[in-house]
Amino acid sequence: MALDDNKKRYINHHGGKTYFLLGDEACAYGAIYAGCDFFAGYPITPASEVAELIAEELPKAGGICIQMEDELASMAAIVGAAWTGARSMTATSGPGFSLMQENIGYAIMTETPCVIVNVQRSGPSTGQATKPAQGDMLQARWGTHGDHNIIALAPNSAQECFDLMQDCFDLADTYRTPVILLMDGEIGHIRESVVMPELSSVRHTSRKRAERAEEIFGGQELIPGMIHYGEGSNVHVTGSTHLANGMRDVTTPHVHDELIRRIYKKIDSGREDIVRIETDTVANGKSRVGVISYGASARPARGAVKAARAEGKNIDFLRLISIWPFARKQVAEFSRDLDLILVPEMNLGQMSREIERFVDCKVIAVPKIGGVPHTVDEIHQVIMEAVS
Amino acid sequence: MKTEMRFVAFGGQGIVLAGVMMGEAAIADGKNAVQSQSYGPESRGGAAKSEVIISNEKIDYPMVVQADCLVALSQPGYDKYADEIKPGGTIIVDQDLVDAGQPPEGCAFYSLPFARTADRLGNSIVTNVVVLGSVCSITRVVTRENLAAAVKSNVPSKFAELNLQAFSEGYRIGQEALSGKTAGNK
Repeated sequence: MALDDNKKRYINHHGGKTYFLLGDEACAYGAIYAGCDFFAGYPITPASEVAELIAEELPKAGGICIQMEDELASMAAIVGAAWTGARSMTATSGPGFSLMQENIGYAIMTETPCVIVNVQRSGPSTGQATKPAQGDMLQARWGTHGDHNIIALAPNSAQECFDLMQDCFDLADTYRTPVILLMDGEIGHIRESVVMPELSSVRHTSRKRAERAEEIFGGQELIPGMIHYGEGSNVHVTGSTHLANGMRDVTTPHVHDELIRRIYKKIDSGREDIVRIETDTVANGKSRVGVISYGASARPARGAVKAARAEGKNIDFLRLISIWPFARKQVAEFSRDLDLILVPEMNLGQMSREIERFVDCKVIAVPKIGGVPHTVDEIHQVIMEAVS
Repeated sequence: MKTEMRFVAFGGQGIVLAGVMMGEAAIADGKNAVQSQSYGPESRGGAAKSEVIISNEKIDYPMVVQADCLVALSQPGYDKYADEIKPGGTIIVDQDLVDAGQPPEGCAFYSLPFARTADRLGNSIVTNVVVLGSVCSITRVVTRENLAAAVKSNVPSKFAELNLQAFSEGYRIGQEALSGKTAGNK
């Protein structure tokens, strides 16, 4: 997980250049820049290009890429790799993401830092295999069983696919948790210019380490450090309820209660550090209508807001960059003077439900499914109906 | 200034790569570009579409709404998208692959021998690059230098010369069509 000589050489080779990349490819480069050293995955449209580029490029930076037999194994492999000290990741789409849910739960329970990229496509099931969607927003939150918290970020450009991979790996290590990059097939499959940063501007957060194997799953710390396999300590890692030293105790109520509450709390307490939003609001309280969107939908949404403003309408705009934990405080603040919030998303209304929970004004979903993103005109029309 | 371009063909005719080359040239010209594609699950033969938006401004919506320029290498692609052309837009088709019938009114229409030219150069695989040459000279959306450079950097080096020749031929065909020398255009 160190930014070693191989990776530095790799970054020096690419740094300062501008490439014309698919969102998927930008994500792969971003991962290598962020110090990823292990990838395991199984190809699936529209995420295959992540694995394709990683397979070609990661070994050049000293990393390892394995094509597994399926998504269950891919997820299991990245958990195992993380425990040897690797920054590990996988990439998939809806059907594969469904298959990964059990082992994502295992990663949550074992507090394993790793990154899962989900380039969302139209479902359920095989759905429209080659078409984009944003239908897994709540699956990312609640897909695996049991009480848990999760971190998920959603890029809306190829450049952001690159940039957010660094955030994903850093957050995974900081909070010792799986982190999901919730891309969508639209962003994964558009090509845009991506600026590859110079080595001097690449930050690197290192993983917190523990000194004693007795406290790698609790003890004094809200987020305990890790001890890696192969370092000489006896480390027990289990998905069953366990004590601070990792040994199973599945019958004592307070052991389970304390463990799960701590795993829940470590992400809740980091909310202000994790939450990322972008706002574009008109001068103080003049606006009655706001638009909240994310990922690919945020682009026509932004265009529609601009078009409405050009016609003299005061419309506020907020883009969710982090999806989970939900930006409840920021969204509540944004809504304060508004009568109405419109939420364009490529599903039948998922994040709009979450937004509703934290605002006093009316929330209207602007859903679209079928594999084609909203057009600027479609959202513009909804905005103009709302203001009149 | 924003230009929306749409390439339609059957899968395997190289229009996705053509779109990528256009985008790379635009970026080298100092503009913004977004390229996207849509295709069926088949690797060859299905309907394929490649779109490029080139703009001096930031591009909000990454897909073509109304094309300034439609390039069609397949009949179904032409039939589906010809009427969606922007008034005053440009339609460019392959003369052997597309029967345009009565092209939409008010647009500039060019029917040119792309596949035939590629065959004459000895390899039909460079059809997409012949197309790019003509698109370049007809639309002038990107500079010839940067588009030729994008072609060169995206093809295997042993085919670079053939591709650059295809590009030059395409460019010439487009120029001649512009000045009305070619029978079959307009």
